[in-house]
Amino acid sequence: MRIKISNGLLIDPANTIEAKHDIFISEGRIAAIGKQPDGFTIDQTIDATDCHVIPGIVDLRARLREPGLENKATIASETRAAAASGITTLCIPPDTTPVLETTSVVELIHQRASEAGYAKLVTLAALTAGLKGEHLSEMAMLKKYGNCVGVSNGLKPVTNNLVMRRAMEYAASCGLTVFLHSEDEGLAGNGCAHEGAISTRLGLAGIPETAETNAISRDLLLVEQTGVRAHFCHISSARAAQMIARAQYDGLPVTADVTAHHLHLTEMDIGYFDSNCHVRPPFRTQRDKEALISSLATGNINAICSDHEPHDADAKLAPFGETEAGISALETLLPLALRLSEELSLSDVIDRLTNQPAKILGIDAGTLSLGEKADICIYNPTISWQMKASNLLSAGKNSPFEGWELKGKVMHTLLDGKVVYSA
Amino acid sequence: MKRHDIQLDQEGRLRHFLTIEGLKKQMLLDILDNAENFTSVGNQQVKKVPLLRGKTIANLFFEASTRTRTTFELAAKRMSADVLNININTSATTKGESLLDMLRNLEAMQVDMFVVRHKTSGAAHFIAQHVAPHISVINAGDGSHAHPTQAMLDMFTIRRYKQDFTKLTVAIVGDIMHSRVARSQIHALNTLGVPEIRVIGPQTIIPNEAAQLGVHVYHDMHQGIQNADVVIMLRLQRERMEGALLPSEHEYFNMFGLTEEKLKLAKPDAIVMHPGPINRGVEIESSVADGPQSVILEQVTYGIAVRMAVMSMVLGRSSLTENQGSQTDAN
Repeated sequence: MRIKISNGLLIDPANTIEAKHDIFISEGRIAAIGKQPDGFTIDQTIDATDCHVIPGIVDLRARLREPGLENKATIASETRAAAASGITTLCIPPDTTPVLETTSVVELIHQRASEAGYAKLVTLAALTAGLKGEHLSEMAMLKKYGNCVGVSNGLKPVTNNLVMRRAMEYAASCGLTVFLHSEDEGLAGNGCAHEGAISTRLGLAGIPETAETNAISRDLLLVEQTGVRAHFCHISSARAAQMIARAQYDGLPVTADVTAHHLHLTEMDIGYFDSNCHVRPPFRTQRDKEALISSLATGNINAICSDHEPHDADAKLAPFGETEAGISALETLLPLALRLSEELSLSDVIDRLTNQPAKILGIDAGTLSLGEKADICIYNPTISWQMKASNLLSAGKNSPFEGWELKGKVMHTLLDGKVVYSA
Repeated sequence: MKRHDIQLDQEGRLRHFLTIEGLKKQMLLDILDNAENFTSVGNQQVKKVPLLRGKTIANLFFEASTRTRTTFELAAKRMSADVLNININTSATTKGESLLDMLRNLEAMQVDMFVVRHKTSGAAHFIAQHVAPHISVINAGDGSHAHPTQAMLDMFTIRRYKQDFTKLTVAIVGDIMHSRVARSQIHALNTLGVPEIRVIGPQTIIPNEAAQLGVHVYHDMHQGIQNADVVIMLRLQRERMEGALLPSEHEYFNMFGLTEEKLKLAKPDAIVMHPGPINRGVEIESSVADGPQSVILEQVTYGIAVRMAVMSMVLGRSSLTENQGSQTDAN
């Protein structure tokens, strides 16, 4: 199949391209940009007039709930939602059931994904056995035989500093990046909202900023000691962003991401106990939100991700503190990112969604260089649509953005040169 | 879209009673005035008025309580309503039945009002958002969030003794962090125009952001209680000794317990209040709890009248004038 994508504005931050170019695809790869190669016969033309053509989005963290929680969602349902959102690669954290610590689980995940055929998955292996924070996982074999791109303990803490040191050392010698959810278990306690004005008013157990910063501070010291490459997941506070920036300035091999929802919502959005705003880490203050955006603009926070957590309806139908945390976020990722146009250039927004996350994962994706696999998202930036949870393709309808007017509609998504979604 | 005013119906009348926050001053005064009218019912030979005849009220207590449940029950019965007492202890939840399923079952029993107490903040809002439209919800305490009828009976008590809210200094002593009573009191006192509200306790049990609620924070009891017109002592839960919040009851009493000696620092005519049940020798000395300045038992009595007022306003959504009998003394 030979495809021409015509008349679109090509935005490829990795190659600093932002210009009108036609794209020619052959055998699933980018064959040419701009000029039609000699002898190239076109089987299909995709008209991208008024559209932006960008590398397929690489989502650093999405829980697809399979295996283990298929009552919430499946790999098939969520990768389909991903394709409709311009996302072509998703990174799966290891907190599946069973835990992603054997190659059989990895194989199952890849098999389900290829059966569905909507998106590519990469996996993070468990950092510690059973995510219990006690023993090392077989991470070297998971890398070798399961192609795991990194290690992580999911949302579970590694409380024992010695275990964390050893795990980082071992990961470093395997050449694996450690993906960290830095949260001090004791300080976070049974909290469910940012410890601040809103939690005080509503009588909700708070999660203080220090739950994040204290854990990051320990992790940074151990990164420095062990030399492991570390990625900090879903930074939520200004202070944490500052600590990451400082560590990068000092030359530590660290990167960080932020979720799209933390760039738009604050503790205020909890209103009167809106359980769709129950998320971990919690939404913090306006000041934190603005600091996260500027840190993303400077590149100290490297990437935006969905942190997709689809839930069944019952998971959110309870008093706030008794609900499960998380947001169904695949389908709002791109439009929410595009909403940052005042603070970031368009090219930078796309960079944080494609090129940067691919670099963090160390995978060949996130660019439209010649010869690269043709994972492409084509969206119309001017079409606006009203967010309705009931219209989400994801099995999880848990979104706090109900009723928001969002701009940017995905028209086509290509995976290895094949159209997997068309609006 | 989020509806933040689910307490009020389209005409701005009370449809549910979930929190003091957001209610207008006049609404609070109406509750107090109506309660004033109801205080006489308990002194009549026949302690009943027919205001809520034919209505069914279910007390849903997911958390144990004797006093609050009893006063709600009495208030309902004095207005001739039928009362169902449903104590849902933890065993019901371990059966796996969800809160929502339980509500659906009770709705099927044609109940008009739920009086709800629950250990989780926001439970009353949650229930109000999900009940059938003809059912009203009264919050009898949700987690650390709100206990609005308790706050209103406290306001009623204060008004009985002090009349003008706008000249008062009110000190609230104890575990503000975990207290739904304190949060509701603070909202009510602010709405009613009390110029000086103080909260007193060590930093471990006063939220960092307490000042945003419109109070002054004191960590020293002697300073905090100075010249107060009203001293409200909060109950100290035993479990606060765990988790490194406080060292011991002994130390707490020494530093923050209300003794005759400390009470002397308040105004000579200061009243002492407590939402009960009292921990004698922990937050308050017996001689103060039983002393001349204590109005703790009056609070309990007024609690019935205030709950009658709230229930009749919510359920009848009719002013007393339509049903006026012997109890009206037109304010």
